Amino acid sequence: MQALPKIINDIFPSPPIDETDRRLIAATQSGLPLTPRPYHTVAEQLGLKAEEVMARMQRLLAVGVIRRIGVVPNHYALGYRANGMSVWNVPDDKVVEYGQKIGALDFVSHCYQRPRHLPDWPYNLFAMVHGRTRDEVEEKVSRIARLLGRHSRGHAVLYSTRILKKTGLRLSKNS
Amino acid sequence: MDARDRLIINELQGGFPICERPYAETGAKLGMSEDELIARIDRLLATETLSRFGPLYHAERMGGGLSLAAMRVPETDFDRVTQIVNAFPEVAHNYARDHELNMWFVISTEHPERVDEVMDEITRESGYAVYKMPKEQEFFIGLRLEA
Repeated sequence: MQALPKIINDIFPSPPIDETDRRLIAATQSGLPLTPRPYHTVAEQLGLKAEEVMARMQRLLAVGVIRRIGVVPNHYALGYRANGMSVWNVPDDKVVEYGQKIGALDFVSHCYQRPRHLPDWPYNLFAMVHGRTRDEVEEKVSRIARLLGRHSRGHAVLYSTRILKKTGLRLSKNS
Repeated sequence: MDARDRLIINELQGGFPICERPYAETGAKLGMSEDELIARIDRLLATETLSRFGPLYHAERMGGGLSLAAMRVPETDFDRVTQIVNAFPEVAHNYARDHELNMWFVISTEHPERVDEVMDEITRESGYAVYKMPKEQEFFIGLRLEA
């Protein structure tokens, strides 16, 4: 049985981050050192004790500033070349229930509620669907459609046709 | 990429421990030595099979601003608007998509109030409306991409 996804409400206040946390984030956001004691390596770089680095990372993980620690696969390298942004028009009072169900599907990487812009844009639930081919993405989108049933009042799938810009989300060191 | 690489990719998309010898601890679970795990991650990064290894930070919870935005841009004006949008350092990603709303980008700022300013400046410089698509709620479990 799969765990229900965490719901992270942006209305929750952001946890306090101090200057040392910021230095730690800046030192690790592009990756952990590939040394036997990586947290010790980071600590040496920052002039901190390893115990302090580990305690701070535990806290950042606990409060959700760190989502997870591990490998981030390159979708393209694994053959996931057809990535569709599926967008759905779901009744507002069903968004949480179905957002959780859709977010829990193993082929959905991100699932968000976003505002509608009527009449141009009626969609309020976004689910990024990954597949090796467009047919595979379409098949997965139809599984979401079946899951939503009558609660889907319309949907679309937007494929990216070109990457116009791609840089990492970077935290400034002195923000 | 062999079966042991796949094991790393499938089992290590989260849960890497915070302890003195995390590679040794994780390697023991995966049935490989500390040295082998480090060497394999190193190679998977070098071949770009992995885009990153380490903590994945949640940008909005670091106190900055972040929002998705979309625009409807005529094909004949697309290159000019792309240049305007991309010139903002706050624009992190920008994708062309096959829809009437055909340009989708992410704005990431140090201060939350700057997000709306950037959108307004893009509208002023380009002459087209920016549709604000901030995240109102996130339903997240983390994709397990199978290798």
